[in-house]
Amino acid sequence: MEKQLNVSAIKDGTVIDHIPTKALFKVVQILKLDEFNNMVTFGNNLDSKAMGTKAIIKIANRYFEDEEVNKIALVAPNAKLNTIRNYEVVEKRVVQIPEQVNGIVRCFNPKCITNAENVSTKFQIINEKPIEMKCYYCEKITYENEIKIK
Amino acid sequence: MSKKNLISITDFSKEEYLKIMELSSQFEENPSQSLLKGKVIATLFFEPSTRTRLSFETAINRLGGKIIGFSDSNSSSVSKGETLHDTIKMVSNYADLIIMRHPLEGSARYAAEVSDVPVINAGDGANQHPSQTLLDMYSIMKTQGRLDDINLFMVGDLKYGRTVHSLLMAMSQFKNPIFNFVAPPELAMPDEYKLYLSNKGIRYFEHLEFNDIINQADIIYMTRVQKERFIDPVEYEKVKNVYILKNEMLANTKPTVKILHPLPRINEIHTNVDSNPKAYYFTQARNGVFTRMAIISHLLNLR
Repeated sequence: MEKQLNVSAIKDGTVIDHIPTKALFKVVQILKLDEFNNMVTFGNNLDSKAMGTKAIIKIANRYFEDEEVNKIALVAPNAKLNTIRNYEVVEKRVVQIPEQVNGIVRCFNPKCITNAENVSTKFQIINEKPIEMKCYYCEKITYENEIKIK
Repeated sequence: MSKKNLISITDFSKEEYLKIMELSSQFEENPSQSLLKGKVIATLFFEPSTRTRLSFETAINRLGGKIIGFSDSNSSSVSKGETLHDTIKMVSNYADLIIMRHPLEGSARYAAEVSDVPVINAGDGANQHPSQTLLDMYSIMKTQGRLDDINLFMVGDLKYGRTVHSLLMAMSQFKNPIFNFVAPPELAMPDEYKLYLSNKGIRYFEHLEFNDIINQADIIYMTRVQKERFIDPVEYEKVKNVYILKNEMLANTKPTVKILHPLPRINEIHTNVDSNPKAYYFTQARNGVFTRMAIISHLLNLR
């Protein structure tokens, strides 16, 4: 009961759970939640049995395609998505790291063309745990701890 | 018809490598051609590289083509703030092929996306310089008569040296190569390349200094150990004389061994090696013209 009170329930929409606390605002950025008009509530540093602490986001009246939401796997690889209809969880999903990542992450290489000109980044995921992504342009590898959202 | 580019050495298949070797040999036999008659080739050098530019421009001239371009970005519209995108878009309207060198990594791959005509990467920062690798391979082919079963020694800066990385990738496509890496720990071959070799079941050995094992070498590929790569200048002082090849060290090497170097050389090959018939670095540079003639002809489907 207490857990539910931390972030109030939504009637319809999506709950993104098990977000690492440090990744909360990155998830907001990737999903562009700051541009939403729907009600968005979130909590950070909540107690979690599995993670110690975690973050959670609830978005009213909004549902996500896999392709859209898998992007957050880069910063929240264990995130879970619950689809809510009439206060009930009707579907549970886990995010999956996509094979290719376009336009979200900045290439760590300061000498890469994507950091100098208006070029959308493209990466091939070459390892999932920990994440290693190879830049299509400069061919350098960006590692999980270097991931910065563009 | 989809256009072909040469951005990374891995863009070409093994069959294409062999085709380039064959064409290079034909062009060496008969270097004056008119395959590029009526064609315009752009050489866009956003940073100066006299050696590479002259080699490409000689190749174009020998093929009978015309050249447009610039040899450093100060004499181009880049100095007015034009983006790479716009420069390439414009030039690809004028020329049949673009050869470019640019200080930023990935710039050539991006240019190939923007351009309607084929692009040859003549160096994008520290990333790739594939025509160098193909001329290295041609030099190996020419002097050893094969690309299979080569015992290849790589010496010097194996960490940052893009030429050794590309050559390693390309030679791994051939049968039974053996790689011997000679470098200080600070400049050792990166793990990703060693892992690549292990995964392909290719043998490699690491050495901290030259020793008798170079007597087994078919090719000794020398590179420059640059002072600025060392965080601690004391470390540089310690190793700077370890990776210098001197004539007396070649006494017991194979009679067929050849010494390659991408040039420019500073002091890593003693000048007393130059007159040894095993020294091949200046001929290697000459081979670059034929290899570049081959690359251009291949990308334009002229041969």
